[in-house]
Amino acid sequence: MTALTLSRLPAPVLQALARPAFLIGGGIILMSTLFALFPAAFAPYDPLAFNYAAIQQPPSLAHPFGTDNFGRDILSRVIWAYRIDMMIALFATIFALLIGVTAGSLVGYHGGWADTIFGRCVDAVITFPFLVLVIAVVAMLGPGLINMFVAITLVNWVYYARLMRAEVMTQTAHDYVSAGRVMGYSSGRIIFRHILPNAITPVLTFWMTDMALAILLGSSLGYLGLGAQPPLAEWGVLIAEGRNFIFTAWWMSLCPGIAIVLTGLGFSLLGDAVADMLRPKG
Amino acid sequence: MSGLIQRESRENALPETANRPALSVQGLSTSFTKQGRDLKAVNNVSFDLAPGEILGLVGESGSGKSITLRSLIGIVRPQGRIDGSVLWKGRNLVTMNEPQLRKIRGREIAMIFQEPMSSLNPLLTIGLQITENLKAHTSLGRQERQKRAIELLDLVGIPAAASRLDDYPHQFSGGMRQRVMIAIALASNPELLLADEPTTALDVTIQDQILRLIMDLRTELNMAVILVTHDLGVVAQSCDRVAVMYAGRIIESGSVGTILKAPQHPYTLGLLQSVPQDQPPRTPLFSIDGTPPALDDMPTGCAFAPRCQQAQGTCLESAPDFSLVGSGHAAACHILETARPSLGENK
Amino acid sequence: MTLHPNPLFSIQDLTLHFPLTRGLADLVLRQPAREVRALNGINLEISQGETLGIVGESGCGKSTLARCLVRLLDPTSGTIRFQDQNIANFKGTERQTYNRQVQMIFQDPYSSLNPRMTVGQILDEALRVHEMRPETERPARIAELLDLVRLPRNAAEKLPHEFSGGQRQRIGIARALAVEPICLVADELVSALDVSVQAQVVNLLLELQEELGLTVLFVAHDLRLVRHVSHQVAVIYLGSIVEIGPSETLFRAPTHPYSQALLSAAPSLNPEERHDKPAISGELPSPLNVPAGCPFHVRCPLATARCTSEKPLLKPLPGGGQAACHHAETSVGERKQ
Repeated sequence: MTALTLSRLPAPVLQALARPAFLIGGGIILMSTLFALFPAAFAPYDPLAFNYAAIQQPPSLAHPFGTDNFGRDILSRVIWAYRIDMMIALFATIFALLIGVTAGSLVGYHGGWADTIFGRCVDAVITFPFLVLVIAVVAMLGPGLINMFVAITLVNWVYYARLMRAEVMTQTAHDYVSAGRVMGYSSGRIIFRHILPNAITPVLTFWMTDMALAILLGSSLGYLGLGAQPPLAEWGVLIAEGRNFIFTAWWMSLCPGIAIVLTGLGFSLLGDAVADMLRPKG
Repeated sequence: MSGLIQRESRENALPETANRPALSVQGLSTSFTKQGRDLKAVNNVSFDLAPGEILGLVGESGSGKSITLRSLIGIVRPQGRIDGSVLWKGRNLVTMNEPQLRKIRGREIAMIFQEPMSSLNPLLTIGLQITENLKAHTSLGRQERQKRAIELLDLVGIPAAASRLDDYPHQFSGGMRQRVMIAIALASNPELLLADEPTTALDVTIQDQILRLIMDLRTELNMAVILVTHDLGVVAQSCDRVAVMYAGRIIESGSVGTILKAPQHPYTLGLLQSVPQDQPPRTPLFSIDGTPPALDDMPTGCAFAPRCQQAQGTCLESAPDFSLVGSGHAAACHILETARPSLGENK
Repeated sequence: MTLHPNPLFSIQDLTLHFPLTRGLADLVLRQPAREVRALNGINLEISQGETLGIVGESGCGKSTLARCLVRLLDPTSGTIRFQDQNIANFKGTERQTYNRQVQMIFQDPYSSLNPRMTVGQILDEALRVHEMRPETERPARIAELLDLVRLPRNAAEKLPHEFSGGQRQRIGIARALAVEPICLVADELVSALDVSVQAQVVNLLLELQEELGLTVLFVAHDLRLVRHVSHQVAVIYLGSIVEIGPSETLFRAPTHPYSQALLSAAPSLNPEERHDKPAISGELPSPLNVPAGCPFHVRCPLATARCTSEKPLLKPLPGGGQAACHHAETSVGERKQ
């Protein structure tokens, strides 16, 4: 059945599917998603269970990633952390994506005073370093996962909207948009049915990369104590826990670090492959 | 105005080259490799060009006319493979290496393009762009170069030339930019000007001016010109001889009068007939059905056969040879050869 | 001025100026606001079933005029009346009906079709939005439209990039015809196509016009084609009509010096008709800087003091048509010699 559905896909999509970027990136993200959905099935130990008999053990067969200062299995904690970090990747970006795409499309198509106001908003946001602004908002709302999502969304949508606005403006200059207007189509139809599918590709690619960045950001905030709170297993929190033992128990920080890099790489590769696949022909 | 042009070397060489072609192209082919397949964009093209002659290379998009022009001086992009020979004053340009070619390009052979804006550097004044070319190709001093730049701008008909040296390309209109391009090309006293659709982006009244300019310069400087165009009207108005290209081959060539008044190849005839001229208004125009073949889907026989109303069995089987059908008039068509056996001796 | 008893379109004094945004430096230096004067008082009538050709050089305002007619652009002043109603007043469903009746075909076969919609989807959308056919009859109508523009039936499942330029222009025509318009505005319909393909598309347009009784506004810079397809022709220079008249009369004996220059600059296919001197010197002035008086006086061989101060109005010519030239009689006289 898969062979049948695959053979129906257009040739360029099939070619993109066969690329190493897609295979590796897709593989990593698929594995990450499985870990996030069913951590219990993969984790050999309870991530929260203390084991005073095995404190700060280096990587071994029993504990491939070693154990921490409470004797918790790092591998299990890293696997359980997938759940939190994949959630961060998704929820820290998806609302920004939706708001940004809608706002950017409307502003890009209609222009006028709305565009001017939008321009000022963008200027105000991008003057600050991203992290500083997010930290300021989290500090106002109070630490915690949900507040972190709100803070990131509040700042991040601007970047999506800016990208979308520019793409929509480029597309609006094409005559198929004029043709739609001459056809008497509503602006909603023109924006969402005609322009959006042609303008969305760079935004989707950016989204993939941004999910990787969101994990880094979430980990950073977790490390700073502003995001996920201990004892919740989150990569940033895990790295923070290990920082005092960096010379004696390096595996405590290194192993979650590898997970961050690997997942980030997965999203980036997948983003590239998606961009290739969605590029219009002719 | 011809006194402006320093051309001693040329005059010495003239008696030698006058009775033989300045440029002789034999069996020129250019192919590209795409996904492991060899695509021939230019296929076995041969022609001669006399000093001071204007040759029109005419064809539709994808016919290979621009690639032919670029193949002559080896600037085909993406990198294509060029075979055959291009004899320029006795030297074969095809076998030359890049440094040798660079000495000929922009010096003996200059080129102008369709889009003057993209071939001028937008950040440099045109005065600088001309003097730079003079510096590279002549031994003139600084002051002399400045003077010569003004002369050249004057020569190509830019009003108040001296005051425009410090202007940037964007301060010129499309027609004026094309004049600037020609001035830059002339800086090295070229003996051959390659013009790739030089007037396509221009309005008719400006096109008319530029064509006249090219013709005047040819007469004044005894410069040969190859003019690539898709417009038969441009050919009729400016060329001495014309070669019609279709699917990478020259399918007919001859003097402008012969080709436009008595074309022999069905494609040339069709092209001429599909332009409305002395035809009752609003009546159907003659049209050639279908579209030219794609490079990766060339028919085995004559490339035009699938669209040709007179095509016969042989046309589908083998590609016709390019052979003489009259004095200085050659065509590649089976029907012509079989229909006119009396012309057989002419070959 | 009314030439036709019941024109489909009646355009009065149509003017469109695009203001340029003023930079900070302009404000500080108190530079006056500049504007691109694209259309400067166009008066025109188009009668039902007729083809009006619009010719002129790039930047003369011919495409702007076409876009005003389909309301892609709104004029600064002046009115366009369609069947005696001012099109600027159309709102909501009235506007939609107007858009259905007056359709446009665009110059660029590549950018004028949505690259992500199949030909079938493009046509189906037009039929659906305007409720031209109930859902069950739409596939049959799409097949009919494809037949009409001589495209194979299986074209419906293909994406625009699978077609050649000429075929794409046919798709554009089919899309316009899907909503059964009474007027087609064709902006440089064939100028992006190869000569051998141009003839196919022009023939199609002529046939469809006969068959469906369409009124056509044919905007183009190719004079031979305009002459061939048009009943009436208007010559535009810097946003003003300098001459208008029956196609054959205008092309055989143009009156306005600009029309004369334009026609003699068009390269003839006859190599014996070569002229040594350019038909006209100088270039089109920038529409930022339209000369006072007659817009053509800067390049005109006949220009006198009057031409620099007083803008000539369109005046009827003895042989039919109208020209806007203070020296119309003289230049007619010269043509006769």
